[in-house]
Order: sequence, then C-alpha cells, then structure tokens
Amino acid sequence: MKKGGFLGVTAAVFRKDTSSEIRTRYALNALFLFTVTTLSIILFSFQSSTVPVQVHAGLLWVLIFFAAMSGLSRTFITEEDRGTILLLKLSTISTPVYYGKLLFNVLLLIALTAILTVLYAMVLPGFIVLSVPTLCISLFLGTVGLASASTIIGALIAKANARGTLYPVLSFPIVLPLLLTVIRATTIAMEQEGWDAAMDEYRVLISYILAINAASYLVFEYIWKD
Amino acid sequence: MTLVQLTASGLRKDFNRRPVFSDISFQLRPGQTLAVAGRNGSGKSTLLKIVASLLSPTAGTVTLTVGGNEVPARWMFRHIGMVAPYLHLYEEFTALENLSLIDRIRGAAHTAAEYEKLLAMVSLERRKHDVVRTFSSGMKQRLKYALAWMERPGLLLLDEPRTNLDADGISMVRSLFEEQRRDGIVIVATNEEDDAVMCDDTIEISAPRRGGMPPPAGEGS
Amino acid sequence: MKVFQAILGFWLTAVILCAFLFPIVPEITRWYEFPVIPGLEQKARILFFHVPLAWTSVVGFVVSVIFAIRYLRTKKLDDDIRSSSAAGLGLLFCALTTITGSIWAKFSWGSFWNWDPRETSIFVLLLIYGAYFALRSSVQEDDKKATLAAVYAIIAGVTMPFLMFVMPRIIASLHPDPIINTQGKVSMNGTMLTVFLSSLAGFTGLYFWIYSLTVRLARLEFKRSSEGE
Repeated sequence: MKKGGFLGVTAAVFRKDTSSEIRTRYALNALFLFTVTTLSIILFSFQSSTVPVQVHAGLLWVLIFFAAMSGLSRTFITEEDRGTILLLKLSTISTPVYYGKLLFNVLLLIALTAILTVLYAMVLPGFIVLSVPTLCISLFLGTVGLASASTIIGALIAKANARGTLYPVLSFPIVLPLLLTVIRATTIAMEQEGWDAAMDEYRVLISYILAINAASYLVFEYIWKD
Repeated sequence: MTLVQLTASGLRKDFNRRPVFSDISFQLRPGQTLAVAGRNGSGKSTLLKIVASLLSPTAGTVTLTVGGNEVPARWMFRHIGMVAPYLHLYEEFTALENLSLIDRIRGAAHTAAEYEKLLAMVSLERRKHDVVRTFSSGMKQRLKYALAWMERPGLLLLDEPRTNLDADGISMVRSLFEEQRRDGIVIVATNEEDDAVMCDDTIEISAPRRGGMPPPAGEGS
Repeated sequence: MKVFQAILGFWLTAVILCAFLFPIVPEITRWYEFPVIPGLEQKARILFFHVPLAWTSVVGFVVSVIFAIRYLRTKKLDDDIRSSSAAGLGLLFCALTTITGSIWAKFSWGSFWNWDPRETSIFVLLLIYGAYFALRSSVQEDDKKATLAAVYAIIAGVTMPFLMFVMPRIIASLHPDPIINTQGKVSMNGTMLTVFLSSLAGFTGLYFWIYSLTVRLARLEFKRSSEGE
C-alpha cells in the first residue's frame, strides 16, 4: 500500500476491533459466561470420579472449540449487521481487514485458552501434565489453527442467514483434523516428558496453520467483494 | 485532491437474474455533477454502490482514471467519498474516534486540528467526545459528511443527501456540493426535485420491462 | 454420447455379472475364479461396489472444488451449476458408500458403525457435503450463494487431505486392505484386480454420465427461472 503501509493499516483495524470489544464486551461477556457454565457442568457431572487422560484432553478441546464458536464470528458479523462493513470497504482493501481481524481472534482465543486451561487444571485434579512445554506448544499451535479456521468461516457466515447454527456446522469438518491432532498432542503432554515428544503433531499443526491461512488469503478477496 | 474522470458504460445489474436496471452509461469529468433519479426500488442505491465499486455489475464497466491512468477497482475507494443511509458509523465510538480510526484504516494521518476543523464544518465540535450512539439521526448524517470529506475525494457520491438534516444541515450540504463541483465530481441519488436541479445532468433509471408488461411491483421474489 | 452410454451399459453389466457370478475358491485353477481372502470370503464381493462408490464420492468432491475455483475466476453462474451438481452427486455417492459400508460392517465387524478411520473420513466428507448445502440454502441471492459455496468448497478441499493423513495415525484401521495388505502383498489375483479396476472405471464413467445429465437439468431449470414464472 502506498500510504500508511500494510502493517500500519492492519494494526489500525486490529486496534479498532480491540477498542470496540473493550467498549461493548459482546464477545468477552459471551465467552466468560460460556466458560463458567460449561466448567461447572463438567464439574457437576464428574463429581469425584477419575477419568482417563484422553478424556481430559478431549474435553478441554471440546470446551475451547465451542468457546471459539461462541465468540469468534462476532468480529465479522457485527460489521455486517451494523452496516459498518461498507465504511471499511470505502476505507481500505480486503487483506489488512482480514489480518487485523485474524490477529484479534488469535489473541482473543489464546487468552481464552490460557484462562480455560488454568481453570480446568484448578478445578479438575485429574488433569495432571507431565510436560508443561509440550502442553504450551500444543495449546498455542492448536489455538492459532482453530482461530485461523474460525476467522475465515466467520467471514463466510457473516454473509449468510441462520448463522448461529451454521457456524459450528461449517467449522466442524474443517477443524476436525486439527482437533484430532491437538487432542493427541495434549494427551502426549499428559503422559510423556520432554517437549519434543509430540514432534509429529507439531508438524501437522504447523502445516495445517500454513495451509488454512494460505487458502484464506486467497479466498477472502471474493468474500469481501459483494 | 486528485482530479478524476469517471466513465460508466453499459451498466446492468440483476438480482437473481431479474434485471434491476440495464444499459446505463455516462461520463463525468472534473467539475461535472450528475443526479440519479427514479422511483423507490428502481436501483439508485445499487447504481451508486456499483460506481463506488462496492458491488460488481452483472454487465458493463466502471472506470476511474487519474491523470489518464485507470485506477484498479480494488483501489478506487481512495478517490471516493460517500454519504448514504445504508452506510453506518461505529456507534460505540465518539465522533472524534470515528474520524481518527477510519483515518488510520485509510492509511492516512490527519492532525488533531484537521479533525477539529472537519467537525466544526459539520457543527459537531461541541459533541466530539460523545459516543455516536447518543447522536440524533441528523447528527450521524453530519458526521458521515465529515468522514466523506476528510480525504477530499475526487468523486463524491451522495445517496439521499438531505436525509434527516435540518435547514442548517441542508445549507451545509449545499456549500459542500458547490465546493466539490469546482474541480471534483458529484453524483447524487435523489427523489427530491431540489437536489436534481442543482446538478448539470439527470439520468432517470427504471427497471427494463419484460414483454411489454410493467415490472412486477413489490413482488419480493 | 449415445455410443458412450451403450459402452457404459455393457461395461457395467459385465462388471456386475463378473462380480456376482465368478466363484470364490480356495485353489485357483481357472481364469475366472477369485481367491478366498481369509475373514472375508463371500463378503469380499462388496469390494467391487463399495470402493468404487467411495472413489466416486471423492471424485465428486474434487470436481466440485475445481469448478468452485473456476467460478471464483470467471464469476459465471454456469460454473456454479457445475460445481453444485458435482457436489450433489458426490453427496449421493457418499451416502451410498456409508450405507453399503455400514451393512457390510454389521456382518463383518458385528456393528453398523465402528469409527474406523475410513468410516470417520467418509463421515466427515458427508458432513462437508451437508454443510455445503446448508450454506447454499441459507443464502438467497444467486451470485452470493455461488461465491460463498465456492469459498467453502475450497477451504474444505484444503483441509480434507489433512484428515486423510491424520486419521490412520490416530485410530487403528479395521478395514481390510485387499489391494495391499499389512504385509505389503497383493491378496487379489489378476482376475479380481481386473474386475475391481473395471468396476472403478465403470463407476467413474457412470458418475460422469449422471453428472452430465444433472448439469443439463440444472441448466434448464436455471434458464426457466430466468425467463420468469
């Protein structure tokens, strides 16, 4: 871009979304309530029974997936619903808008995942991790991948009707390979020591992130126009 | 402000294969103004969106040239200022924040004094720190003018320019219009006779008829 | 076209006859006999129908993605018609794959559904097709519907290979692998392989024949609706 620079505009979009979220707290409120409700349901149903590690890893990612589904589509839907998307279209091109919103979603989901995991470990004593580095790397890669997929699907459904139900329906088959891999990586973190025990999983997660972002970069232009 | 030339040729738009309008062509040079007239639902706003490259036409082309060079469609927004009822502001931000956020997203950085001047021009300087949600519809309309005017666009697109404005606001629009027509282009979509007579030229758009029958009115299929 | 239909008809009839009538014997003495595959016996015959169905449902997906990419480039609704017709037919074949596989699984593995990696993959493909049509039905305007559907098909096309790669690593497969088994040796004899490959070719031909009919039909419907009620 000639003036302002691509990064500057991306940062401007990100800053707008962040201050908007801080002011309205639509996504934050939904995510907070979601976390509290689901964690208490899990707590009530487990009582004091012990469950296998795979169940913990799976459950944690079910929580993160549905949290993403409840919060990450807002950034595009709100522009579409309030008619501010035209203001954006008259102000810049598609790419910085996409990356600004992707950055916003990635950071939001990372923060949420961190809080969810800490809370989960606190309230469920059966969640014992042998390798904290493996857990952190897995959570980080999984979150970035999930946020990337959620962002492009969010941009897609913002243009459609019946979005509430459509969002998880469209996202699930897309993120399933990612979820299966990251659940496996999380299980490894709970069972084995050493950060490199889940090396294969990291490779799959990184390729997934690269692939979904390359595809998003190419198709977003078409969602943006019209 | 950069001088632009606008050429629309053979524009046609279908919604679900039903033609809204067809075969619209015009050419505007700096200093020319055009009114787009037509009854409700005839596609005035659709035409404006196509000219602004917010919507792609089913057929035909819109070309914007700057100094003889064609501007690619995705970059056309740089030369366009638009005020329209379907263009909305960020209601959770103040008037000043709306200006500065959009300014940054445009990749420009005007000074605080310039924002003040713009807000004074639309008589919002006393409410600049209030969030837009608390604004009346007329005040929102004024703020849209400030946003459209910020970059001094070569092409100004006004859809129903006097919506919600009081006498004061209307005279402000009029002076902006006169300012713009000195070396820029203005297209006004309107139902008001008063707006149309200000412009050099008027095009009337109506849905193309099918087989001699009048177009189905209000049949929302 | 007529010639193609006639050849296809003969071809598939021959494949079906061979698949059902050729005897499965422990010791092969004649050219038209199939070997016994331990644990499968007569149930091995599903190979000639189930696998080609699964293959065509993937072909349908690939064709749909190719025309989705073309639609985004050309913005001609005809490409969308081709893309969505391919997906519709893919959905049909995918459903048939799931049903035939389930019936077979009931008799071989004892239950209709076992979350075997390939069962899961075909299930996810079914979900993608389902999501694709759910998305289409939730958009009214033609151009927008076509664009969004194309974008979704492309994104699904990018992530689907990951599933194919990830699934077998996570869950051990129950699937018999008659072409190349775990020891890496072919348990089909030449006759079986020939019938299988002919069936694969025949079903692919069938797919493209039905596909061309579906596209023609969709084009006619499209034309009729553009000419008004």
